[in-house]
Amino acid sequence: MGALLGVLPFFAYTTIFLLVPTLVVVVGAFLDGNSRPTLANLSALSQPQIVSAFSRSVLLSAVTAVLGAVFGALLAYAVSTAREGGTLRRMMTSLCGVLAQFGGVTLAFAFVATVGFQGFLTLWLQKAGIDLAGSTWLYEPDKGLMLVYTYFQIPLMLIVFLPAVEGLRPQWREAAESLGGSTWDYWRHVGGPILAPSFIGATLLLFTNAFSAYATAAALISSGSPIIPLQIGGTLSSEVILGQENIGKAMALGMVAVVAVVMTLYAVLERRTTRWLGR
Amino acid sequence: MTKRMARRTAVAAVAVLAVVGIAACSPPVKTSAGAGTGGAKAATSTSAADLGGMAGLVDAAKKEGTLNVIALPPDWANYGEIIKGFEAKYGLTVNSAQPDASSADEITAAKNLKGQSKAPDVFDLGGTVATANHAMFAPYKVATFNDIPASLKDASGLAVSDYGGYMSIGYDAGKVPAPKTIADLLKPAYKGKVALNGDPTKAGSAFSGVVMAAQGQGGTPEDISKGVDFFTSLKAAGNFLPVDPTPATIESGQTPVVFDWDYLNVAQGKKLTGTIRWTTVIPTGAVVGGYYVQAISKDAPHPAAARLWQEYLYSDEGQNLWLKGGARPVREAAMVAAGTIDKAAYAALPKAVGTPVFLTASQNDAANAYLTANWAKAIG
Repeated sequence: MGALLGVLPFFAYTTIFLLVPTLVVVVGAFLDGNSRPTLANLSALSQPQIVSAFSRSVLLSAVTAVLGAVFGALLAYAVSTAREGGTLRRMMTSLCGVLAQFGGVTLAFAFVATVGFQGFLTLWLQKAGIDLAGSTWLYEPDKGLMLVYTYFQIPLMLIVFLPAVEGLRPQWREAAESLGGSTWDYWRHVGGPILAPSFIGATLLLFTNAFSAYATAAALISSGSPIIPLQIGGTLSSEVILGQENIGKAMALGMVAVVAVVMTLYAVLERRTTRWLGR
Repeated sequence: MTKRMARRTAVAAVAVLAVVGIAACSPPVKTSAGAGTGGAKAATSTSAADLGGMAGLVDAAKKEGTLNVIALPPDWANYGEIIKGFEAKYGLTVNSAQPDASSADEITAAKNLKGQSKAPDVFDLGGTVATANHAMFAPYKVATFNDIPASLKDASGLAVSDYGGYMSIGYDAGKVPAPKTIADLLKPAYKGKVALNGDPTKAGSAFSGVVMAAQGQGGTPEDISKGVDFFTSLKAAGNFLPVDPTPATIESGQTPVVFDWDYLNVAQGKKLTGTIRWTTVIPTGAVVGGYYVQAISKDAPHPAAARLWQEYLYSDEGQNLWLKGGARPVREAAMVAAGTIDKAAYAALPKAVGTPVFLTASQNDAANAYLTANWAKAIG
């Protein structure tokens, strides 16, 4: 009973900020402007601009998740070889703790101020004779957005992946070596299989992290709504095309479906990881 | 920079929630109007004559004492001075709520605050939102109603255009050559420099920017595909800059060429005098106009004050105040003919060469449908 009382605030919180909005989205996706049931919102999802926004969102999230996972994992391994409790390790983990949360408008601004049109690096290169002015790469989803997203994915990967890397026991390596195994053999048969589930799990987490990001993209890209969160924002804030709020909800439902698939995979893998590392 | 868009939306949403929250906690407020017969009479009056002429209207408004306006930024089309002028002239208090709200927020506020003394009395709306909400308005014809071109008003006076402007190109004369036509912007001199004020599927000003481009490229009001094609070429040439222009991006030089309403570009130029030579040009043969729309809430808590406000806005005085802010008042032609227009302010407006184009409701719908399907593709 006491435990129940303790989690009550949590349940109240999730009801208000997770359950109710999800219900609003799910119900709204099947209603028309006059609150009558309809499937028109769902069939509107087949419009080419929505389909391409979905595929761009998935591609952007997948690429930045893989890039973030690979570089983050290498970084995590490097950090794990540092002395436990040492300055380097403490500095890296707290730095990544900050950077992983350094998203949204502030991050976009940091990039604009550094490599934007009047960014100090751009101006500095200009003085050195390299003229980048006029290049809009930073504002394009497949270049600038990818770079900026990767920037917050790598530190997040370090945070979620470091415990798994730390779970590798030196004795295993010694055992492999004493049996005549090379470094490659160790990673191929011992380290790799142990880390694989949590590596894939962390990659999936990064995927959803990028998939749901809105503010960073909104601060950088003002026209065309190339990714799905921006498309949804457009349906809610447009003063030109009215009455498409429920199409926005249908898009949100599509996002929920994608994330549900990813989270199911994540849950399955997570269970496997726990079993491995628990022993 | 889009009054009814991004910059203000978030603030407005929070404000609406706050207002609703507070309203929900407060005891029932007695509505200030509707109590006396004067109020009831004012609420149904469709012209000043119904209340015994201007004097009767002024008396009824003074009894109400206040006027609730919403979404009127003081630096937008000179609204700050207009509100002060109205207060001084008639001795009423103007409550200006949520100056940064969007058109849609105005309607939401009227619905949420219905029956309370804080509800908005009058609206100043973008055309699309106004057309979709005629059921919320009370018809009223101001004394100068006949001066307003028929295409810019609802015949019964439900919603009437108030002020507007032409789409223009603002540019930093110190950085880029002066563009004369739309096609000029495709030249290499404008590489990575041309910005549109927002997304045309979201913001009215960006929408009109695309219509202007269509006109400049030989399109028609019925078919704006040439405007979208223009932006595709602009993007292919590397000239299109997908940055949302704000006073900050203009001042720092990030957005040296901006498509926006002429009154906003002109105001920008005035503010930057001495730092940047921000110049406004209306491209030859591509004059696209847009008006905001004035309407009275049918649930106005101060119906007489709401009507008096309309009379003031459409009087020579009110119209000239908008003009002073760089906006073109709807009675422009009639006032020029009568010689009552503020000549200095009128002469200061950017020159427009060609017949102005105003999209009709059906042209608007067609353009919206085309943009929804093609915009993301065009610049993606």
